[in-house]
Amino acid sequence: MLEVKNLTAQVEGSEILKGINLTVKAGEIHAIMGPNGSGKSTLSKVIAGHPSYEVTGGSVSFDVNRKAVDLLELEPDVRAKEGVFLGFQYPVEIPGVSNVDFLREAFNEVCAHQGLEKLDDAQFKTLVREKLKLLDMDERFLDRDVNAGFSGGEKKKNEILQMALLNPRLALLDETDSGLDIDALRIVAKGVNAIKSRYNAIILVTHYQRLLDLIVPDYVHVLYKGRIIKSGDKSLALELEKKGYDWLIAEAEGKH
Amino acid sequence: MKAEEKMKEDYKYGFVTDIETEDFPKGVNEEIVRLLSARKNEPEWLLEFRLKGLRQWQKMEHPKWQYCEVPPIDFQALTYYAKPKAKKTVDSLNEIDPELLETFEKLGIPLTEQKRLMGVAVDAVFDSVSVGTTHQEDLEKVGVIFCSISEAVQKHPELVKKYLGTVVPGADNYYAALNCAVFSDGSFVYIPPGVKCPLDLSTYFRINAKDTGQFERTLIIADKGSYVNYLEGCTAPQRDENQLHAAIVELITLDDAEIKYSTVQNWFAGDKAGKGGIFNFVTKRGHCVGKNSKISWTQVEAGSAITWKYPSCVLLGENSVGSFYSVALTNHFMQADTGTKMIHVGKNTRSTIISKGISAEKSNNVYRGLVKIMPSATGARNYSQCDSMLIGDQCGAHTFPTIDVKNDSAVVEHEATTSKISADQIFYLRSRGFTQEKAVSLIVNGFCKDVFKTLPLEFSVEAVKLIEMKLENSVG
Repeated sequence: MLEVKNLTAQVEGSEILKGINLTVKAGEIHAIMGPNGSGKSTLSKVIAGHPSYEVTGGSVSFDVNRKAVDLLELEPDVRAKEGVFLGFQYPVEIPGVSNVDFLREAFNEVCAHQGLEKLDDAQFKTLVREKLKLLDMDERFLDRDVNAGFSGGEKKKNEILQMALLNPRLALLDETDSGLDIDALRIVAKGVNAIKSRYNAIILVTHYQRLLDLIVPDYVHVLYKGRIIKSGDKSLALELEKKGYDWLIAEAEGKH
Repeated sequence: MKAEEKMKEDYKYGFVTDIETEDFPKGVNEEIVRLLSARKNEPEWLLEFRLKGLRQWQKMEHPKWQYCEVPPIDFQALTYYAKPKAKKTVDSLNEIDPELLETFEKLGIPLTEQKRLMGVAVDAVFDSVSVGTTHQEDLEKVGVIFCSISEAVQKHPELVKKYLGTVVPGADNYYAALNCAVFSDGSFVYIPPGVKCPLDLSTYFRINAKDTGQFERTLIIADKGSYVNYLEGCTAPQRDENQLHAAIVELITLDDAEIKYSTVQNWFAGDKAGKGGIFNFVTKRGHCVGKNSKISWTQVEAGSAITWKYPSCVLLGENSVGSFYSVALTNHFMQADTGTKMIHVGKNTRSTIISKGISAEKSNNVYRGLVKIMPSATGARNYSQCDSMLIGDQCGAHTFPTIDVKNDSAVVEHEATTSKISADQIFYLRSRGFTQEKAVSLIVNGFCKDVFKTLPLEFSVEAVKLIEMKLENSVG
């Protein structure tokens, strides 16, 4: 579904990604770990199309209707409409725009693109209520402005709510777990597990094993200085939890 | 799409109606004013009013305090009266020149029956004269007078004479004085005591003729316990030369009366290079004369090369309330210097100011405001909020608030913010499936929400569309 080949990218002249290779198939969950500054967030932003990051080489192909398309050629909103979702580490506030209007418009933009019928206000309300329940979220959430004055936990839950509504084929969750208490973490994990199917894939960027206890990954990758230095299964994350990154880094530096 | 076509799309009201106008000499002097007054068959007192205005104007100098560059205007090169040549006297709408009717239809302002279904009565002013007012009969049944000011001068001289110039006197400012001398037409509204006007009233201003100044004058009187919702829209053709629009609006509310006045101003703003466009120099002011009376101004200023206006309230009556809600959007090379004055005179008077300025490209947007609490205004309150939003890094936003409190019991609050649409905000929305334009429009509409929600529904839809259209090409 997603094929990242030798991807390099820079921001303001400094190279952050130095040749990423990653293959993700439908139905898989991948965890991307690594020390701070290794390029984890950059990778997810580049896949979603953040304009501040300049791709300097490599390719990202993504299956659309069983055909591989060059994702880097698409505008960020088109990527979203084709089923790429980025859950933000720091969700942005949009004052004056009510959450429910925002969610409905976003939902209908994606529907329109995919040739699905738009929902009217009442139909959408029903759908969104269902998702709120799943995430144990208060309905009053809908009438507040997008992320404005939300607590850190509420913002993250709002990301998961958006993901649950937009039902993406590829969800990139950028440190969705950081700053969450254990109850919020459970709710987030519940949301992710609920949308997971054999048709979609999830990439989790995280620092913590505690998220991976709740969302079990098929693959774990360790990113360091813009390269994936180690890939493995879920046991790799447990090993990292015990031993930290140093042994891997030493191994990787030794190779160069 | 060709660049030219694209331009036209930018300003879809930029067409010119090919219609003959009555000849009138250029320039402004006593002779011209006398001629104008005679053409309009005006009573002696009104001629005197005009001549007084002219003499004041001749003694005044063009103001220099504004924060925008106004190129010199040759007042003698302008025509001060352009009347579409009527084929005969107009008695009913059916007899209006079909070309004119078509123009207003094109602008989306049907003067015909459709509009009644929407519950709006319309007065349409084309160049210097009112070409038709709808639904006068319906309004007459409840005693509401809604007609052109020229007609009011003939039919209701006592009302016009009593109130004209009481809110904005000729000596008020340079353009007010000029307007007093040469105002050609405009709307007149009188709501009798206790009447809630059954229809929204609307005036639509259109400048068509070349080298013509439009100087309309609107006078609205809400008698005791009455209410009216008044809407105003404006467009002009796309021309290379600048055109002058210098209007006066006077509002008067007596005891317990309320006027809501909403404007969506979309005069031609000049092209991308800053060529052409309307100079919009307007004096709008209301007197809350009676106790418990209310005046509310809502404006969406999205057009004109230069806008220079401050819809204000003088709160005379006890417990009277003034409000000002404004969205001013500038792009290309537009300059807007706008805001309000709230003058608290009566006891327990209250005022609210919500101003949202949005600047894009190379434009300049200024909020200028005065909150004045007079010694007599015990218990007065004001709340002001002035927010500016910048799109891009070549535009400017400036705020010049003045607060002058002469009574210790007053409570005055002022909040101000300046923000820039951030790349992160836009990316966040784009990653949810919104296009660049849609993302910006969502952010801007959210920013303006507090103002848009005060507009009547039909107008608020138009305002949102207008802002979207203006920003379409301004956001790279």
